[in-house]
Amino acid sequence: MPYLSMGQATNDAMRVAMRLDPTIIVMGLDIRWGGSFGQFRGLYDEFGERVIDMPISEALIVGAAAGAASRGLRTVVSMSFVEFSMGAMDELVNQAAKLRYMFGGQAKVPMVLRCADGTIRSAAAQHSESFEAIFAHVPGLKVVAPSNAYDAKGLLIAAIADDNPVIYLENKKIQPTKAEVPEGLYEVPLGKAAIRREGSDVTIVAYSIQAVNAAQAADELAKEGISAEVIDLRTIVPLDIDTVLKSVAKTKRAVVAHEAWTFGGFGAEVAAQIQEALFSELKAPVMRVGARHSHIPFAPALERAIVPATEEIVAAARRAVALSGQTMQRAS
Amino acid sequence: MSQGAMKEAAQEGDRRLPSLDVLFGMHRRMVGIRQFEERVRTDYLARRMPGFTHSYVGEEAVAVGGCAALEPGDLITSTHRGHGHAIAKGVGFPAMMAELYGKLPGACAGRGGSMHIADFSLGMLGANGIVGGGFGLAAGAALAAQFLGNRDLTLCFFGDGAINKGQFHESINFTALRRLPVIFLCENNQFAQYTAIERTTAGALADRGTPFGVPGAEVDGNDVLAVYQAVRTAADRARRGEGPSLIIANTYRFYGHNVGEAVPYRSEADVAERRKRDPIPRYEAWLQAEGLIDAAGCAGVWEEVTREVDESVAFALAAADPDPATAMDDLYASTRAAWSTQ
Repeated sequence: MPYLSMGQATNDAMRVAMRLDPTIIVMGLDIRWGGSFGQFRGLYDEFGERVIDMPISEALIVGAAAGAASRGLRTVVSMSFVEFSMGAMDELVNQAAKLRYMFGGQAKVPMVLRCADGTIRSAAAQHSESFEAIFAHVPGLKVVAPSNAYDAKGLLIAAIADDNPVIYLENKKIQPTKAEVPEGLYEVPLGKAAIRREGSDVTIVAYSIQAVNAAQAADELAKEGISAEVIDLRTIVPLDIDTVLKSVAKTKRAVVAHEAWTFGGFGAEVAAQIQEALFSELKAPVMRVGARHSHIPFAPALERAIVPATEEIVAAARRAVALSGQTMQRAS
Repeated sequence: MSQGAMKEAAQEGDRRLPSLDVLFGMHRRMVGIRQFEERVRTDYLARRMPGFTHSYVGEEAVAVGGCAALEPGDLITSTHRGHGHAIAKGVGFPAMMAELYGKLPGACAGRGGSMHIADFSLGMLGANGIVGGGFGLAAGAALAAQFLGNRDLTLCFFGDGAINKGQFHESINFTALRRLPVIFLCENNQFAQYTAIERTTAGALADRGTPFGVPGAEVDGNDVLAVYQAVRTAADRARRGEGPSLIIANTYRFYGHNVGEAVPYRSEADVAERRKRDPIPRYEAWLQAEGLIDAAGCAGVWEEVTREVDESVAFALAAADPDPATAMDDLYASTRAAWSTQ
């Protein structure tokens, strides 16, 4: 089985889908030359005019992708860095997400918006952020955030096959990580979380790069005698809350981790849903791990002060276990 | 081409002269829009109708002349002031009135309302509550037509307010670059919401295509035949694969931005002066001068159309509300590509 990076896996996904379906077109700046991360490399050579150079007109790119999708094409859009999608939020939120619903189900909008997110090498305030909570807040969009190459291919094919607008978030730092990736067509269904590791003391819910960090955190915690279950959501919308609740009902403690801001972040939604469903069973408050509510600074010494990594997940899990001890002592 | 020049064109056998069916159809649809909008205004001001609404009264010639120049498979994108475009593209009064009343048999099953009427089966890709919302959609629809190899062109209606949006420039650049079959038809009704065009807009609107190599035409938007001819010329160009055109149709909205507002930003005298150029009596005078219809014939059309509008209100009022249990339906399509393994 080929051993591919996430970028190679999504490139393979594009080829598999485009060979199957001549109505798939790709739109974006520089994609003819491979895209900012090589994730479109070679597609122009194989698919020619189906790979469309677009001007730096984000609103037009997303508006036209939605319009073309509503008229019978499947569109895959490269937004390069996720920050650039903010120039197209009107078209994304007010058009693509709403067309189907506000026209009474007349339209379908099969489009995928590929966006690179997260910190890497001091890219600073306008090339380092994670916006999944903004997208997840809007009904009508689906939001995908893979953590490994196998999922990256299967989720991207599933996203392209989906008849709805899908935001496909590709964390920059983990793009080079490799995994065994089957050849040909397979899909990882949207809305199905994966249990990466079974455990009994605390459930760590994460996605994208923090799912990778959560697995490392679980190793650290195991050394301290704390058994962590790790859930990789893979898809944020639809949210597989059932898998999360089943796990937390067992462990009685949860940590939700993402690289985006904690304040108003998607972790707050997961935490709230856990507490609504399992309040009386929880041994500790649901902990959140995310970036502090600041812009991402340039200086390497400052960046790490804002953005969390494995250590913060370990600390949050420890805190959950410790707090639950206190709670039990008070109760007894 | 003006109405005066139309007869000349007919004598020269100009193929752009509409057939009698089209000429009569344009009259009926202009009257239809007028009566529909007057009834909507009445019902809205009487607080019988939910939401809010923007009247197309005074601008009928733009929608009707534009849509009459299209082929059946062609597409339109529309605006927040979209009732006229929908009627001109063939959406029926009952489906429209039921939508405005929020009823189940409405064009969008009660999900859209006044600002979001669409009928994809008729190529009406939606009224749009976001100013300039149609630019990207029109470019995309035209891109799809180019890829799928059909001849469908997209007529993008927008207002003088929207021409200042970045999306206008982004779309005209891209569609010109790729020679996509789009017609940008600007309804210059002189106001962006409440603010006069002189206070918001530099230069000549028709020149805004020039830097992109897109021809710009300016027409009397209250002359339905002039609009028809301009759109016909642009459609021919688009179908020859020569790309988009820009048409500025100068017109005037007889009522305010939205129904029910106070209109302190223009004088009654201005409106009275503009009403003298009402597109419907002008067109009727031409039809009668050409001997195509007499006054009684015109009156008959008004009577029939008014009855149809009244019937559509009765239909809407009698229609069922949507079931609250369906409020979440159609948020996501449940279908997938045929090749999906799921």
